[in-house]
Amino acid sequence: MARAVTTQHKTIATAAAWIVALLIFFPILYTIITSFKSEQEAIQGFNLIPSGTFESYSEVQQQSGYFKFFFNSVLLSVGSTVLALIVAIPAAWSMAFSPTKRTKDILMWMLSTKMMPAVAVLFPIYLIFRDSGLLDSRIGLTVMLMLINLPIVVWMLYTYFREIPGEILEAARMDGASLWNEIIYVLTPMAVPGIASTMLLNIILAWNEAFWTIRLTTTNAAPLTAFISSFSSPQGLFWAKLSAASTLAIAPILIMGWFSQKQLVRGLTFGAVK
Amino acid sequence: MATQQTRSLARFMMAPSVILLFVWMIVPLAFTIWFSLLQYNPLNPIRDGFVWFDNYKLFYSNPAFLYSILNTLTIVVSVLVITVVGGILLAMLLDQPIWGQGVVRILVISPFFVMPPVAALVWKNMIMHPQYGVFADIARFFGAQPIDWFGQHPLTAIILIVAWQWLPFATLILLTSLQSLDGEQKEAAEMDGAGFLSRFWYLTLPHMSRAITVVILIQTIFLLSIYAEILVTTNGGPGYASTNLPFLVYQKALLEFKIGQASAGGVIAVILANIVAFFAMRAVGKNLDK
Repeated sequence: MARAVTTQHKTIATAAAWIVALLIFFPILYTIITSFKSEQEAIQGFNLIPSGTFESYSEVQQQSGYFKFFFNSVLLSVGSTVLALIVAIPAAWSMAFSPTKRTKDILMWMLSTKMMPAVAVLFPIYLIFRDSGLLDSRIGLTVMLMLINLPIVVWMLYTYFREIPGEILEAARMDGASLWNEIIYVLTPMAVPGIASTMLLNIILAWNEAFWTIRLTTTNAAPLTAFISSFSSPQGLFWAKLSAASTLAIAPILIMGWFSQKQLVRGLTFGAVK
Repeated sequence: MATQQTRSLARFMMAPSVILLFVWMIVPLAFTIWFSLLQYNPLNPIRDGFVWFDNYKLFYSNPAFLYSILNTLTIVVSVLVITVVGGILLAMLLDQPIWGQGVVRILVISPFFVMPPVAALVWKNMIMHPQYGVFADIARFFGAQPIDWFGQHPLTAIILIVAWQWLPFATLILLTSLQSLDGEQKEAAEMDGAGFLSRFWYLTLPHMSRAITVVILIQTIFLLSIYAEILVTTNGGPGYASTNLPFLVYQKALLEFKIGQASAGGVIAVILANIVAFFAMRAVGKNLDK
């Protein structure tokens, strides 16, 4: 900024921003704090300093086997993302480098499939899954999550690929690069950052998907979303345990999310906001 | 140039995505439309048969239907208003020079990464619980009667939770857009004596219009199908006070096994989503052309 900013202005803005930010973050912070309390402490009114016990964490693991759900979440989100990338990369590639008149319509149509409310097709999908033995199977759910996020993956990749200048390929070809060298040394380095951010964001979306993952699983393939939902019918007071389970469920993706916030904007707005 | 060849190669590369999405869109939807014309109850198969549009009439005359449509729209519109207005204000605040901006950004964006069932359960138990929640503690501190959020204001409670989840998203996108605003333009406007309000109205807001459109479109897609937040907090109740259309369809299909009616509801949900989507997509398409 060319204009000198007064210290007073900056102090006020800083104070206001921090207060708002802490208020927004508070539910998460309080959950993390409560997870280190004993059940007794957790219901004794507002208190920001926990006794620092880990008993809720070990109980969550012992009683409900957190790691099995965690493993399923990792498998489903990474698996569906890799699958979606395999299908989407060629499509996005061809749309970015040899666009036709219909390219934009196809992209819009793909996005429009996201508009279909999942619940409208709940029963047919349920039947198809049941009759083909896919209910509560990891494979079935992986394919499902792949289909749900495919439009977004294609879109994101398309916006990244579109920015790779086509001339650079021609230059490489003029310099006598073979097709193989072209792919390895020219295309891949330019495409990898876009593919990586797409992957990161899509893992976050798949990790947090909370309709199909709850409805199509029971025990075997159930990821963390289903695990947490099982806490919705309380048997007694369980604040500390709920907090520990919640913290465990969100921590990995929260940390990933912090690293990906720049790409998040770009990716989720389909390149319209950078 | 081998255009013919490139073109068929392009088609070949696009085919898997297009075919998969086409099948994914058409097959289940065709089933749903077919089921919506049947009397179909897996628990009572004797009376099954073709009934034309009876399911639509039944679904339509169900008092829950009107509630659910109203609740769906109330959720979408309220959350949009809260997040867009709040997002603009927050983005403008965070765009100021402040100490620790990186950390502030991280704190603000965090709720977006919290999975819906966790968000709903944390708010339900830790924040809004009439006895042990933080809101109740605050109310008691001021000597007021704690509010029974989910008993008395279930829809408001759900709107608050969902708005908390989406406010970070709106803020982040609007902030990014704001940061691309040319500083010189701002200064020029200031030099010309434009006040804060007119600068906001004639410079900042038009600059953000594209970002605002995108925020509205993307949030609408997700807000129309809010499900987990209702499932783990109110379960649609009390009565139908917090049942939205997706939740009503879920109840009919998997709790009451009235597949015909549920499918009719599903078709209505698709039509509703398409009406909303039509306007949203047109706005976005126009904005993306620029």
